[in-house]
Amino acid sequence: MAVKATLNRLDTKGSPYLYVAPFFILFGIFGLFPLIYTGYVSFNDWNLLDGGAHQWVGLANYREMLGDSYFWNALGNTLSIWVLSTVPQLLAALWIAHLLNHKLRARTSLRMGVLLPNITSIVAVTIVFTQLFGRDFGMINWLLGLVGVGPVDWQADTWSSHLAISTIVMWRWTGYNALIYLASMQAIPHDLYEAAELDGASPTQQFWRITVPNLRPTIIFTTVISTIGGLQIMAEPLLFAGTSTPTGGSDRQFQTIALFMYEQGFREFRFGYASAIAWTLCLIIAIFAVVNFLLTRRIAKDEE
Amino acid sequence: MTVLANPPATRTEPPVPPKRRANRHNFGFPRRGSVWTYAALLAIVAGSIFPLYWSFVVSSQTSEAVAKTPPVLIPGGHLFDNIARVFDSTDFGKALLNSFIVSGSITVSVVFFSTLAGFAFAKLKFRGRKVLLVLAIATSMVPQQLGIIPLYLLMTKLGWTDQLAAVIVPGLVTAFGVFFMTQYLGRAVPDELLEAGRMDGCTTFGLYWHVVLPAARPAAAVLGLFTFMQAWNDFFWPLVVLQNNATVQVALSSLASGYTTDYTLTLTGTLLATLPILVIFMVLGRQIVGGIMQGAIKG
Repeated sequence: MAVKATLNRLDTKGSPYLYVAPFFILFGIFGLFPLIYTGYVSFNDWNLLDGGAHQWVGLANYREMLGDSYFWNALGNTLSIWVLSTVPQLLAALWIAHLLNHKLRARTSLRMGVLLPNITSIVAVTIVFTQLFGRDFGMINWLLGLVGVGPVDWQADTWSSHLAISTIVMWRWTGYNALIYLASMQAIPHDLYEAAELDGASPTQQFWRITVPNLRPTIIFTTVISTIGGLQIMAEPLLFAGTSTPTGGSDRQFQTIALFMYEQGFREFRFGYASAIAWTLCLIIAIFAVVNFLLTRRIAKDEE
Repeated sequence: MTVLANPPATRTEPPVPPKRRANRHNFGFPRRGSVWTYAALLAIVAGSIFPLYWSFVVSSQTSEAVAKTPPVLIPGGHLFDNIARVFDSTDFGKALLNSFIVSGSITVSVVFFSTLAGFAFAKLKFRGRKVLLVLAIATSMVPQQLGIIPLYLLMTKLGWTDQLAAVIVPGLVTAFGVFFMTQYLGRAVPDELLEAGRMDGCTTFGLYWHVVLPAARPAAAVLGLFTFMQAWNDFFWPLVVLQNNATVQVALSSLASGYTTDYTLTLTGTLLATLPILVIFMVLGRQIVGGIMQGAIKG
């Protein structure tokens, strides 16, 4: 009996730790350790081609980065692409969610249609859009030609490449955000709208005075998520170049920070320098997430 | 027992008035969609579908047809020639197989471990439960891309570069899965059922196996679906670590990065890489939409 009781106690007290252990062990090894180790690597001159030989250099990598015009260029590009893709994306998502929030026939099909871009891979999407944005035979230039605008070499300039990459990001994520908004729209109590209607508020007024303020937490959530994702953009600019050179165009006109990190790490094999870039990007993301959160909360409050 | 402790509150609020007929008075929400609502939505859906339709059109045409103005908009008869060409020019079959192995094992493992951890967090009492749960959720905020360099060093140490294990093992558990299952099991499994199981002499693992797993099935399906799609579409880490043993996304990217791009070939590859996900979406789209509407998946 005593043995059985002890076993029983061990089972109820001890086994929960066993069940959550796989997560923490695997995350520790493959998630947390690399992240912290990145910090250590960033203080070293670390080149994979030397067979992993490394030498402590302190803040030299960070100092070099701050004086590196390629880094500042990449930072500017990242911010530009982030703004160009996030702002219109979230506004469009809000509008689409509003449209989907009507009583509709074929509701599920319409929702699936809107979500379709999101289930496709970044690689596939970028390849298709790169073709559509082609200089000579691209459909977008053909359409522009119909309204008398000359062909644009989308990859060649800063503004046009940023616009094209932002379009790719927007196409993939707008529907996803729309469904998130739709879910919270449906949670808004109906009587708010009925009361507003009795007071003679137009549908547009109802949208801005009732719908948008009630979506505040969701808008904050989507903004923060898109910021975290947007600042890490890498695959789109890598594939948009057509060839797999990680420079982001001939003049680095669309090289993002994450792509710059990839170039330094896995093309130049300068692991120390790349780690410094990674840590800096992490810091930038954290700052942006916080600022974003505070700002969005402020704006949404003013709407009320 | 708890029922006795909380006697039902006396009803003081007035009876709910009968519901107004929404359309007759033009009151109520949601409103009926007008012609313009439908027109706008159909245009948006068309815009969503078009790039994928276009990749289908191009992959069924000859290379010459792609360079025509105005562009050809109807599928041609060369789809199978082009598919054969894709399999000839790269090891696309192996890449597809790799992707199935990677996504399949990650999916099974994530569902299993998430349910196990979710069960512990939602239904078992142990010291440090709350702290560990917060820790698990907090880990989902960590941008994974940024640890890629030491992770790569680790893989070289383990001798896993170019091996599927390098992609599978770090993906075996996700914070999102643990959180999702904790949420779901907290609601879906009644404590009474677990207590009854214990009375019958079930061990904790027995409870997991006989009570929790069957109850977790609907959530497991959604979680499995999302995990599979995410693993299938993953690109950055496989690109770094599987240079010579590509998954389908990596193979696709190398197909697209030749110096003279053969668009027919590339877009056929795109179609092939997207097809499995598209099939899943056609069959289970309702669940996927529902899962996202629950805020169930994070970007």
